[in-house]
Formats: sequence, structure tokens, C-alpha cells
Amino acid sequence: MRTVAVIGGSLAGLSAARALREQGYDGRIVVVGEEDLFPYDRPPLSKEFLAGKIEMAELALTTPTEDAALDLEWRLGDPATGLDRGARAVVLASGREVPADGVVVATGARARTLPGDLHGVHTLRTADDAVALRRDLVVSRRLVVIGGGFIGAEVASTARDMGLEVTVIESDPVPLGRVLGADLAATCAELHRDNGVHLITGEVVTGLAGNGRVSAVHLAGGRTEPADVVVVGIGAAPNVEWLAGSGIEHDHRGVWTDDAGATNVPQVVAAGDCAFSPCAYAGTAVRHEHWTNAVRQPAAAVSTLLGATPAPPTPPYFWSDQYGARLQFAGHRLPDDAVEIIDGDPADRRFVAGYRHNGELVAVFAMNQPKLFGRWRRQLSPRIVPAGLP
Amino acid sequence: MILVGSLDDIPLGEAVRVDAEVPIAVFNVDGELFAIDDTCTHQDASLADGWVEGCAVECPLHAACFDLRTGMPSGPPAKLPVRTHEVVVDDGVVYVRVTESVEAAA
Ligand SMILES: Cc1cc2nc3c(=O)[nH]c(=O)nc-3n(C[C@H](O)[C@H](O)[C@H](O)COP(=O)(O)OP(=O)(O)OC[C@H]3O[C@@H](n4cnc5c(N)ncnc54)[C@H](O)[C@@H]3O)c2cc1C
Ligand code: FES
Repeated sequence: MRTVAVIGGSLAGLSAARALREQGYDGRIVVVGEEDLFPYDRPPLSKEFLAGKIEMAELALTTPTEDAALDLEWRLGDPATGLDRGARAVVLASGREVPADGVVVATGARARTLPGDLHGVHTLRTADDAVALRRDLVVSRRLVVIGGGFIGAEVASTARDMGLEVTVIESDPVPLGRVLGADLAATCAELHRDNGVHLITGEVVTGLAGNGRVSAVHLAGGRTEPADVVVVGIGAAPNVEWLAGSGIEHDHRGVWTDDAGATNVPQVVAAGDCAFSPCAYAGTAVRHEHWTNAVRQPAAAVSTLLGATPAPPTPPYFWSDQYGARLQFAGHRLPDDAVEIIDGDPADRRFVAGYRHNGELVAVFAMNQPKLFGRWRRQLSPRIVPAGLP
Repeated sequence: MILVGSLDDIPLGEAVRVDAEVPIAVFNVDGELFAIDDTCTHQDASLADGWVEGCAVECPLHAACFDLRTGMPSGPPAKLPVRTHEVVVDDGVVYVRVTESVEAAA
């Protein structure tokens, strides 16, 4: 291979570029990014950066000088619009082409939105989003967060710290129930209430009201929640549309890969938030949308691209910081797994819980207990080793 | 020097955190003691909560590894080393001689 094109200039793309060099590839690497920014770290966007505690410069994942030895060619602000297999080239929005004999797809995901274009309604995925949201939060009194997932909860927590009145609306009976199971999700929901956040569950948002600027959120059943600012935190969709017509299998769930990152097209691999891949710990194919996956999966995909054997996968892992509590989860939970408290007491907001499947520990969740979490996380067993495409 | 505590209070393979000007973590690796700044240089996790393997500690939050002897990170996400400090054991009591920060020494 003489040129590898990495499509997506964020965490997974940068991790792929670094892995290519670490694994001895010495040809050209061209990194194509839609955003006009060098890779930056997203997790602080809902936390310290949104709170105004850290600056943009501190989000940088790399600087041109720092990674100079990697010898990367950047094409930023010019997204890929297509992949021409015949010509072995990636086509960019500007019309330019990047000829490549290897391609890493790392185009991530974007925030799902609600219809309408009222001012004061935000999603949070990019640095620009975070700057715009902060600008609105500092002059607002009432925030309504639609969706009680991790990003919704983190924004609620940060806004509460900034002194806003906050309501979180979740359509499920309890937020995070599908990820953590009802009992532990209920413990996390208590964090909202501990911190004076109004949590509405089991109710569906039917629309937003306002004249130019948002003024309220309508719920099914006629209820209305007043709002000066609204954050829509209803999940993310993979950025895969640009692959239409490329012959690479993909759908709304992401780019299909095998458990080593290979797509159905030779010399094209995918990794990070855009990839829908079999996961031994989930026992099924999933699209992981977490930081650690965006660091590790590219290394495996790059091994595949270079014809080497990838390192064995480690259990999926994510953390979340809300209301001063540190939540950590590793493995994958399925609905019929049994849950037990391994250490501590949920009432103290400091504990470790384990999930078992046929007696085997398959996932672990901890609140404010990083040391024990680290110990248990190393004991997790995979469910099955899936093979082939999803 | 700051007092850490009795040698018996730091079991093999464990670490304790002490509050100096900045928190410091003292590790016992097979009977050898190492002291480094407790706060990971990446974000704000306590390295005393980390996983110790050989002479390295893995940060409990994003898994950056630091060499306990040199403070050097072995790779991303951490870019900067943590400071290391001299450990002194006197009659079963552990002390740390805190390294002056570069700025303070200059
Ligand atoms: C606000 C926020 C908070 C988070 N907090 C946590 C947390 O606490 N813990 C945790 O584990 N995870 C967290 N995450 C998730 C984590 O940030 C993501 O998993 C990670 O960013 C995924 O990296 P990625 O490179 O795969 O995708 P992305 O970060 O989505 O990057 C994809 C990049 O590709 C670009 N792109 C898209 N289409 C094209 C195209 N056609 N051509 C070229 N470039 C394109 C995009 O502009 C983007 O820059 C958080 C995410 C957000 C948004
Ligand atoms: S805080 Fe230690 S690696 Fe991120």
C-alpha cells in the first residue's frame, strides 16, 4: 500500500493514523475531515468546556508539531462525498480526489435532531455546538433537556451548576434503563433529584413552542414545560450516507464490519462511532459510541488493513461524570442478566454492581468507586465469539 | 518532607494518597516504594486508584500508563509526565521529599 486515506478527522481517525505508524506503515496517510479543526476531544464538551472551566486549546487531541513525526497530510473542512472503488479514490466535496489503496472509514456520528428551527434549541456534538449552547445557557433561566441519556444528564448537571432551573424529559420509564437495567438506572435517576433537577419520565415530547425563539416544550397529554433554552439529547446517527453507491455494506446502524474491522470491500476498514461490528462481549453486533472504543477499535482495523492479526478485544468501556459523581461501565448488559451489588451501597452513591449471565460476570457498573471498578473490569468474560458480518 | 504513615499501611501492590500542596500517591511495588503526583496529567483522575502492573500505573479513567520510576506516560491520552518524588523510610515510617516544581525552582 502506498496511500491510506483516513476519512474522519476526530478521535477514531487520529487513532487510526497513529496506529498505522505504530504498526510500521511508512506510506502516505491522508486524513480527511469535515470539520475545519484538528482533532479535539468531545467528552469535555458536555462537562468542563460547557461549564467554561477549560478552553478550546485544552481539547486538542494533537497539534501539528506534536504529531509531526507521524507525517500526516490533512484535508480539513472538505468532507468525503463518495468512494470510487473502480478509480480507487475518495471524492471530496470540493471535487478533489484522494487516490488511495487503503481506506479507514472513521466518520463518526451526528446528533439526532427534532424538526423545526427555533432559536434556543440545541444539540451537542461539536465544539461549535458547545460554544453556542454555553452562550445561551449563561443568559437563560430555564433549561429543558429532551432525553435522559448520558449527554442529556451531563448537560443537565453542568447547567445546574451554572444556576439554571433544569427539567429533564425522558420517554422511557427510567432514563438509562436499557443500558443499566431498571434498578441501577433508578439509582442514577436519583442523582437528578438529589441535585434539584426536575425529572419527567414516561412522557413523550410532541413539539416545541415559540415565536422565533423557543418558549416551551409540549408533552403528550397536553402538558407544557416552559423553557428559555432546550437541549435535544436523543442519540446520534452514524455518518454513513456518503458511502451510498460505494458497494460498502451499511445502513442506519452504521458501516458493517467483521470483528476485526474489515468491511465487505477489500482494503476498506471502519472503526469508531460509525462502525456496526460484532462484539464478543455483547454477543451480537453493536455500534459502540464511546471514547475508548474510538481509541482501540482503529488499532484493530489498521492491523486488518496491514494484513496483521489484531490484538484481542477488551471489554467495551465508558464513563460519565454527572453531578460530581463518576459513573463507569464495562462489558455489555442484556435484559435477562442478573444484577448484584458487589461492594458498597447505592444509597451512599458509592458502589460497584456486577451483571451475571449463567453465573459468568459479563458487565460491571460503578459509581464513585474507580479503584474497585478497575479490579472487577478485568474479570469480565465474553459471551460468545461472533464471527463474520452482522 | 511530608509524613505518609507507617510502612505497614501500604500493602504490597497498593497505593495511598497523601495531601501535600498537590495530592501525592505512594505505591508499594514488591516492597519498593514510589511516589508520584496523584492527579493524572490528562484529566482529573486519582492515580492511587489506578491499576499497578510491574513498575507502571494505569489511570483508572482513560487508561494512560505512567512509569512509576520516571513519571513518563507510555502513550495517549496523557502527554505530560507526572512528577516523581523521593521516598524516605525511617524506622518503619514513610516520608516523601516533594520535588519542587520546575516553575518554583526557576
Ligand atoms: C458531548 C459529548 C460527550 C461525550 N462524553 C463521553 C464520555 O463521557 N465518555 C465516553 O466514553 N464517551 C463520551 N462521548 C463519546 C465520544 O466522544 C465518541 O465516542 C467519540 O468522539 C467517537 O469518535 P469518532 O472519531 O468515532 O467519531 P466522531 O467524534 O463523531 O468524529 C467523526 C468525525 O468525522 C467527521 N466526518 C463526518 N462525516 C465526514 C465525511 N463525509 N468526510 C470527512 N469527515 C467526516 C465529523 O465531522 C467528525 O469530526 C461523548 C460525546 C459527546 C458528543
Ligand atoms: S484522566 Fe487519566 S488518562 Fe484520562
